[in-house]
Amino acid sequence: MGEHKKKQVGTVLKYVVLILVGFIMVYPLIWMIGATFKSNQEIFSSMTPFTLHPTLDGYRNSMNDYGGQINLLRAMFNTYSFVLPRVLFTVVSCTITAYGFGRFNFVGKNVLFAILMSTLFLPNVVMNVPQYILYNNFGWVDSKLYLPLVVPSLFAFDTYFVFMMIQFLRNIPKELDEAATIDGCSSIQTLWHVICPMLRPAMVSCALFQFMWSSNDFMGPLLYVKTVEKYPATIFVKLSMDADTGFDWNRVLAVSVISIIPQLVVFFCAQDQFIDGISAGSVKG
Amino acid sequence: MDNNTTAVSGTAADTGSAHTKPSALQVFWKRNYGAMFILLWMIGFLVFRLYPFFSSLVYSFSDFDLFKGISKWGLDNYREIFSDAKIMKSLGITFKYAFITVPLKLAFALFIAYILNYKIKGVNLFRTAYYIPSILGGSVAIAVLWKALFRDEGLINGIIRFFGGDGINWLSDPKYALFIISLLRVWQFGSAMVLFLAALKGVPADLYEAATIDGASKLRQFWSITVPMITPIIFYNLVTQLCQAFQEFNGPFIITQGGPRNATTLFSLLIYNRAFKSYEMGMASAMAWVLFIIVMVLSLIAFMSQKYWVYYGDESR
Repeated sequence: MGEHKKKQVGTVLKYVVLILVGFIMVYPLIWMIGATFKSNQEIFSSMTPFTLHPTLDGYRNSMNDYGGQINLLRAMFNTYSFVLPRVLFTVVSCTITAYGFGRFNFVGKNVLFAILMSTLFLPNVVMNVPQYILYNNFGWVDSKLYLPLVVPSLFAFDTYFVFMMIQFLRNIPKELDEAATIDGCSSIQTLWHVICPMLRPAMVSCALFQFMWSSNDFMGPLLYVKTVEKYPATIFVKLSMDADTGFDWNRVLAVSVISIIPQLVVFFCAQDQFIDGISAGSVKG
Repeated sequence: MDNNTTAVSGTAADTGSAHTKPSALQVFWKRNYGAMFILLWMIGFLVFRLYPFFSSLVYSFSDFDLFKGISKWGLDNYREIFSDAKIMKSLGITFKYAFITVPLKLAFALFIAYILNYKIKGVNLFRTAYYIPSILGGSVAIAVLWKALFRDEGLINGIIRFFGGDGINWLSDPKYALFIISLLRVWQFGSAMVLFLAALKGVPADLYEAATIDGASKLRQFWSITVPMITPIIFYNLVTQLCQAFQEFNGPFIITQGGPRNATTLFSLLIYNRAFKSYEMGMASAMAWVLFIIVMVLSLIAFMSQKYWVYYGDESR
């Protein structure tokens, strides 16, 4: 009886902790969404996300031009004009690379694999400066096509995904490939007809994570995009914060919320893939 | 098709018949053609990683200025780094930041994952709630939110004042600012938690059953069974989070601009200023290398310490 009671108390305690922590995790986000519907006077005078005098001023003003050169929608368009190619290129190049490492033997494979793994732990901070110099020499800085942000993804630059896909590949039986070769498939046909369909969950995870990370990318555009009209949403949000905080918080928060709507939608449509992706490949975060 | 021909020539060679033997080149191609699939990655690695990596080491010994070029070589940059009080202070702040953020984040992640691992109703709902900040956390929008929460007239102070306390100058007091910046990252413990949760699910249940029969308390079981069994994931999280913490840039850059009184000037901010505000590429490269070596040494220590505390099951490493 005593044991039973203790167990019940423990269970209740667990739920209390979980709900409390969950509340702390999510409340700021809910408050933020609520705040976008408040007037600037009211935002910081109430702690609840609710308001008796909702206003759309924040959203109306969020569409304001920035010096006539850029507005939020244009900035979001800019973001996805480099994010989408980057996602596509990453999935393709990482799949091919993972196939090479996961299914073939060749001279120096072990050494190359070790190098691949070590780039996982190579801090990006050393790379920013020399990469900037390199892209500057290529004439890529401030390129209209966002070349510094897109081109590396053609070459499986984000090795996390290669690693994640190799892990996935390990669980796909090699007999499938062998059967395909016996049926007369070339290695490229095997990749397309056998590996790709089996690898689809990993490819989806890869696309989703790259979508999120690239949409959030701040440092890249900060270094390589200099023309105001080409600014992506991350830079736009930072600009509007610097310009307006202190007096126009509902606008700044509305800009922020709108800028992450695509990511929120993608996350809620595909949460399970995100979770599976993390667990499968031990992705960073 | 490849393989059909190889099969034929293979048997031919085995039986030693007069069938044409494949040339050395063909044999080489047959054994290595898979390498063509990693060609893309190889090119990318050489151009976008290896070359920049070593070129920055070379630049670090020069006074390379993006517009004026190089006029001098030597150890001046490194000498300046270790004698400049501002740079050394920033290095100290970076260490402090990492050693606040990483343990807090991992402890939280493990604690929550541990509770979630019990048969909890609505586990997916909780998991989603905890994970949202991680997935959105890198965005500038969340940094803006953080500023709204912790500014002097922000939500947090509003709550404190509501309960009769005095507001605290979270972001304008050097005592608190760094902690608020690291709190932003601790709040994003979700992905570390998902990893822990997956690892916890892999701990065999019979270990717990045996321990319960032997009368071990839950706390004892946690330290003697759970923790040892998930040390590989603890290790992985530790190394990746440390690596990230030492490179933190967005938080302080967006929220505090390194202030107040340089209290949140992490090393990466200093590198950014040197490289992209005053275009001292040589100096910035040297600073980046100092940071790189620090991160490498810490990772190396972690890797070498593995044999004392990381348990890899029966598979030997």
